[in-house]
Amino acid sequence: MLDQILHVVLSTTFFESSLRLATPLILAVMGGILSERSGVLNLGMEGMMLMGAFFGFAGSYFTGSPWLGLLCAVIGAMILGFIHAFSCISLGLNQVVVAVAVNILGLGLTSSLLRTLFGASTSQLKSAGFKPWEIPFLSNIPVIGTIFFKQTVLVYIGLLLIPLTWWVFYKTTWGLKIRAVGEYPRAADTMGVNVTKVRYLCVLYSSIMGGLGGASLSIAGLNTFVDNITAGRGFIAFSAIIFGKFNPLGAAAGAFIFGIADSLQLNIQALGIKIPYQIPLMFPYILTLIVLFAVGAGSSPKNWGVPYNPDGE
Amino acid sequence: MGNAKVIAKGNFKIKPDMQKIFKAMLPVIGILVGALAGSLVILAKGVNPVHAYAALMEGAVGSMDNFASSLIKTIPLGLTGLAVVISYRAGIFNIGAEGQLQIAAIAVTLIGTQIRGLGPVLHILLCLLAAALAGGVCALLPGIAKAYKGFNEIVITMLFNYIAILFVGFMVQGPMKMKNQYYPQSAPLFPSAKLPYIIPHTRLHAGIILLIIISIVTYLVLFKTAFGFKIRAVGFNQRAALYGGIDSRRVMVVAMVISGAVAGVAGGVEIMGVHGRLIENFSPGYGYDAIAVALLADLHPIWLLLSAFFFGALRNGASSMQISTGVPVSFVYIIQALAVLFVVGSTGVPRFIKKVRRARKNA
Repeated sequence: MLDQILHVVLSTTFFESSLRLATPLILAVMGGILSERSGVLNLGMEGMMLMGAFFGFAGSYFTGSPWLGLLCAVIGAMILGFIHAFSCISLGLNQVVVAVAVNILGLGLTSSLLRTLFGASTSQLKSAGFKPWEIPFLSNIPVIGTIFFKQTVLVYIGLLLIPLTWWVFYKTTWGLKIRAVGEYPRAADTMGVNVTKVRYLCVLYSSIMGGLGGASLSIAGLNTFVDNITAGRGFIAFSAIIFGKFNPLGAAAGAFIFGIADSLQLNIQALGIKIPYQIPLMFPYILTLIVLFAVGAGSSPKNWGVPYNPDGE
Repeated sequence: MGNAKVIAKGNFKIKPDMQKIFKAMLPVIGILVGALAGSLVILAKGVNPVHAYAALMEGAVGSMDNFASSLIKTIPLGLTGLAVVISYRAGIFNIGAEGQLQIAAIAVTLIGTQIRGLGPVLHILLCLLAAALAGGVCALLPGIAKAYKGFNEIVITMLFNYIAILFVGFMVQGPMKMKNQYYPQSAPLFPSAKLPYIIPHTRLHAGIILLIIISIVTYLVLFKTAFGFKIRAVGFNQRAALYGGIDSRRVMVVAMVISGAVAGVAGGVEIMGVHGRLIENFSPGYGYDAIAVALLADLHPIWLLLSAFFFGALRNGASSMQISTGVPVSFVYIIQALAVLFVVGSTGVPRFIKKVRRARKNA
């Protein structure tokens, strides 16, 4: 049994699928990290990803174009993003409670709309989806070509965003503003940074990325949607950010680890090894918990989850 | 300058008694807005909302049978709702009620199927004890992680929920599966471990009495004892409680364990009163609904009975509405989410008005 698993794990297809499975997380993480760093706790990522997955699927199904599907995914996720931003930033509500409501709303909207638009039987629904896009020359490189350069466009977006997000964070004024707003909003305010605006933009951006992450679950291969298709990936993405200590590179590493765990459990199921399917399915969640505990609570932004009140009351 | 601020503040302060009425009405407004949004889903389905909601009401309270079914759903919602109230009052958000009730169901099934020869009273008490223990143990680790290490309890309990649900699936398809049975389910509980039905010709079980008792006890502990005061103090302001000589970390952990125990009892009661054996998906997410139940009741253990009944009736009614009109049950979630947003949202409105006014003034 072990040599069977080892054989799978050392194959290029294993890493190819790990990267593919890590992509929804990478996209969500690269968005979520902006929200967290700007000081707004975004635990509503699960609902936003779910909206992205559903609207991406529905848009792609009805228009026949995955690109229009992607647009729908972004719009759908942004509905929740706006609710989250308005409740947390303008109303100054408890961000955890809001996130819980946002997640319930996402679940309710997607599964209600699924049955409303597609009827009761949803087993055979297939939409248009993104196909792997082989990059000329690069895809011919042995091993690396298969792993990195025969993927869908969403994987490439995710990969490009990792260094880009890092660069924005640490090398641009924008990044400085975001970090300042999360650490010392009052100081940032005094320096003329519009705290409300920065936080709004960060939360909305995180919902856009959550939407893309969700769409990469539904229309980048599976091309279908089932209830609660995200199955906790929004929370795993959140964990990856904590794992990465709020640094885009570390958070991406976290997303990759969970991608590998996900790939491993799928492969173990496919091998037909006689263990109940629930055991491998538990694996990514257990790994996430272990990794979280191992890394520790870490250093979060100083004003994480604290609404900013300019009057200081 | 200070004076101007006070005057500006006074302008939009609602009178206290009006404020009270407004606050009491909030859950109702929230539910109504949710129902309105639900109408959109119903309309999209090509069904007349009035007709659909009539079907929902009929299914929820239209007959003794339907009413009893609503009460049966009220039991797990109320118990998990109390679990959320207890932890939240201490400043911990227990989203793990779902996982805790799942693991407790395993414990109860083990006690209920393996131990024989006990009288009903003893057997039931033993089962409830096992449920509470299992739920409490599940909540202990997240409690410690939150209170002593500053972990985010939401993530930990949420991840644990997924694991617990899968674990129940594993148990009923594997080690606990009844021999020579096609369906993945455990052996039935011994009759001595089952909760008795309390209203003839209905399946309403004694769990409802347990719910009322636990709800009253929670109220008394929270509001009439020193320990309850400590819980509320910690939830209100952890640092202030610390200065007041309260070991707030310990209080948080204890509250979390009690919360887990109550959630565990919810799972146990569901097995002992409704299913009589362990099956997969025996809970349609009661532990998650509990959040809305608790928040809608403004975290009050007695009001909670009402809000649990509301959501129980809603869930029950929605099922029959789905059968008669085809409107999906899942639209209940939309009502839940909007109700929660409205109830908590209202607290932010004065702040928002202030902000807008200031922005106008500056412009």
